[in-house]
Amino acid sequence: MCLGVPGRILAIDGLEATVDFFGASKRIRLDIVDAPVAVGDYVLNHVGFAIKRIPDEEVGETLALFDSILHGTAGTDDLMAADVLGEIEAAQEEVDRG
Amino acid sequence: MAELNPLRFRDPKRAEALAAAIGKVCAEIGRDPITLMHVCGSHEQAIARFGLRTALPKNLEVIMGPGCPVCITDLPEVDEGVALALQGVKVCTYGDMLRVPGTSMSLAGAQAQGADVQVVYGPAQAVEIARSTSKEVVFFATGFETTAVTTAAALLAGPPPNFSVLSAHKYIPPAMAAVLGMPGSRIEAFLAAGNAAAITGWAIFEPLAARHRVPIVVAGFEPLDILAAVLEALGQLRDGRAEVANLYPRCVTRDGNEPALRLLHEVFEVQGGWWRGIADIPDGNLRLRGPWKRYDARERFQIDMRSLWDHAPHALAAQCVCGDIMAGKRAPTDCGLYGKACTPETPVGACMVSGEGACRIWMQYGGRPDLAEVG
Repeated sequence: MCLGVPGRILAIDGLEATVDFFGASKRIRLDIVDAPVAVGDYVLNHVGFAIKRIPDEEVGETLALFDSILHGTAGTDDLMAADVLGEIEAAQEEVDRG
Repeated sequence: MAELNPLRFRDPKRAEALAAAIGKVCAEIGRDPITLMHVCGSHEQAIARFGLRTALPKNLEVIMGPGCPVCITDLPEVDEGVALALQGVKVCTYGDMLRVPGTSMSLAGAQAQGADVQVVYGPAQAVEIARSTSKEVVFFATGFETTAVTTAAALLAGPPPNFSVLSAHKYIPPAMAAVLGMPGSRIEAFLAAGNAAAITGWAIFEPLAARHRVPIVVAGFEPLDILAAVLEALGQLRDGRAEVANLYPRCVTRDGNEPALRLLHEVFEVQGGWWRGIADIPDGNLRLRGPWKRYDARERFQIDMRSLWDHAPHALAAQCVCGDIMAGKRAPTDCGLYGKACTPETPVGACMVSGEGACRIWMQYGGRPDLAEVG
């Protein structure tokens, strides 16, 4: 029961929303979500209630945070970590180039 | 390159880099073992399901604490639910609660004797059921603060008069302090549960981190979330810091979901009480307060549990070490019943019943890998 499942809002009807959870769609309540939500937003769902709107920008920031911890904690003298980080950056550039 | 699902933090390259860094920092710390505790069944599921322990160095232990709300629901609380069902009230509850053993029977046992017990997805569904019947409907409400908020919202939305709540809700921060303070505690740092912190905010952990000098890292539930949080905790241990770090910023803020918190404290008050097998936790239970007591099943009904206590508990129950497992003192595989007398089909202890219990998760996915065999 104690799961936080992220999903994307497909439709809103008053205090209820239809949300897509990785392919499964379910109706959930919006009584206690922390911020106004709109169709297309990501929300964290808990036992049928949205408990948090997940801002789009935070998704990218989380990955940046992980990388900063990696650099900050491990340092760049770790060859394996540096090597892998280099690959991540190269792959990201490839995505950015489309 | 295919676009990654933005909510599935499972990028293998980052995972490899984080695991390598974890190995490096553990070597720098040098102690054996270094012990981190998480307090969430969803963390254990992710750790076991993705085999994260195979990526951790041998001198690092990541253990599960009292993070399964079903498992820490105390025996008398289960007995209250069973007694109400046997008294002819319709009891709605979460699926995991059905087979949790009470003193003489579980809710499933009561159901087998003809009692009206129904599994629901959440409190809103229990309210809908109450609207469709003239019978008294009790929602047997378990779970930590995140789940308690949803119960509070259901009450605030104005349920019908035949609806009431049997609250076994628990509040996790005092329990973290309690297991830290237990004699022989080896906990050096905590991973805090991201979904609970989405409600409470991360600042709530600051007094605990300062008082006990432990790093507390708020973590999400994807493999990268957990590995990054482990690395952050280890970095703090190496550097002699004990801070609260938030590695789940996409869902957790400093002050949490403030409207939800106000709702939680309007409807519930904290009280001391037992967590099954662990300890009496001051301020660890959430009970309905003030005017909301009119929805309290304990106020509405005379709950007669004496008949349940005429029966001796399951003979094997005395050998169950669920309490020690949830306090982080023993692993599921240290229990003589694990996988033998106690299995998901025939559970003896609550940790084998719930999908969030350490024993059940280890039975499903495998637990600690035996690294001795691979050197």
